[in-house]
Amino acid sequence: MVQPSLFPLAAWTVTEVNRYLRDLLESDYNLGDLWVQGEISNFSRPSSGHIYFTLKDERAALRCVMWRNNAQRLAYLPQDGDSVEAHGSISVYEAGGQYQLYADTIKPIGEGALYQEFLRLKAKLEAEGLFDEARKRPIPPWPKRIGIVTSPTGAALRDMLNTLRRRYPLVEVVIAPSPVQGRDAPAGIIAGLRDLNRAAAPDVILLARGGGSIEDLWAFNNEGVARAIAASEAPVITGVGHETDFTIADFVADLRAPTPTAAAELATPNRDDLLIVLDEARQRSIQLIHAGIGDQRWRLNELASRLRRLSPEAHIMSDRQRLDELSHRAVTFLSHFIEMQRAHLDAAGQRLTDLNPQTVLARGYALVSNVDGYNVRSVKQVKAGDFLNVRVSDGAFGVDVAER
Amino acid sequence: MNKALIPIAELTYEQAFAQLENIVNTLEADEQTLDEILAKFERGQALARHCATLLEGAELKVKQLSGDELADFEPGR
Repeated sequence: MVQPSLFPLAAWTVTEVNRYLRDLLESDYNLGDLWVQGEISNFSRPSSGHIYFTLKDERAALRCVMWRNNAQRLAYLPQDGDSVEAHGSISVYEAGGQYQLYADTIKPIGEGALYQEFLRLKAKLEAEGLFDEARKRPIPPWPKRIGIVTSPTGAALRDMLNTLRRRYPLVEVVIAPSPVQGRDAPAGIIAGLRDLNRAAAPDVILLARGGGSIEDLWAFNNEGVARAIAASEAPVITGVGHETDFTIADFVADLRAPTPTAAAELATPNRDDLLIVLDEARQRSIQLIHAGIGDQRWRLNELASRLRRLSPEAHIMSDRQRLDELSHRAVTFLSHFIEMQRAHLDAAGQRLTDLNPQTVLARGYALVSNVDGYNVRSVKQVKAGDFLNVRVSDGAFGVDVAER
Repeated sequence: MNKALIPIAELTYEQAFAQLENIVNTLEADEQTLDEILAKFERGQALARHCATLLEGAELKVKQLSGDELADFEPGR
């Protein structure tokens, strides 16, 4: 045994001792980063938000603290009696002279077993064909009624309603309230799916809850819930937990959304897109009506000009022209004809003059006729002793034929 | 087409939009009379107005299933 020195060194203060121990512990490799397994006791969470508890096993206890910033991030809030694994580092609480675990996360110890159960059920349902792509029904693009199975008080419902209100307020929402965690959750979800299908006949059902630990989401890894989704008449979109959480319900669902908000988005068209499409249709129809009217106008012009060519007026114009032409030809012909006739007449007159016996008599010829009045043309008509009448230009006289 | 006989104000968004699409397609595709074109155009414009009104004016209706009854939903908070 070491005896106190007769000439003692200067005594340490308590603070120095505790700080020395703290430095010692904090410089230890193992104590800086470790998982500790035990049962929770003396759990408390005062208004500061920090968490205090003790981890125990059969023989020992370890005081633990978790600061508020880590405690707020805990998906799973432990209770006394829970078997957990806590992660953190060991250090000294100088004011109390106590070493303790400064925990940054806690997870329930049953997690491994739950995961095994998850894998077993997944394999079983997959073998039954419940996850087959061929089973998945299309999501109707224009839902009139959307069913929602979720907690009536959760943020998930609020997020989904906000999303639906923003994107497609034409839809009617029917909520089947159900607990979404805890012992009663599976039965509530199964009843919600069944009742919605029977009483509301929605076009699509959203099955959703916000993020949580694997225990919180456990209802969505329930076999009965999986079968209720498969049996739903309306297609089911799941939006459970966060993006990284996959549940059995997600595998069975017709469509899996990463979050409740995303589920509401996948179930509806977007109003802003629809307004753009509407505007395009309006513009298009205005273009088409202009094109259509332009086309009709062109046809109208063409017909009108064809009609003008075929109109009676055109006929009349053309007939009048022909008439003018004919009458001109008639007049020409007629005057020509008259001239011809006049020329004939002149010639005939001349001939007539030439043939006038008086004219001949004037030249010194005489016209001889017998007593019967016949002109004498031949000596054979005359014998001696006949009395003949001789006509000259200025009168007539009788002669006796002396000889022949 | 029979649907044309339903007053536009009574059409659902989906019905009205489908008719609008149909009208624009026929305006694009078919030979038709000016009367037909004008009538279709007018109806198309009215359908587009109706759709926009529905979209812009709609209030999300939220019901709660209790048993087999649909009741108004009271946000539980």
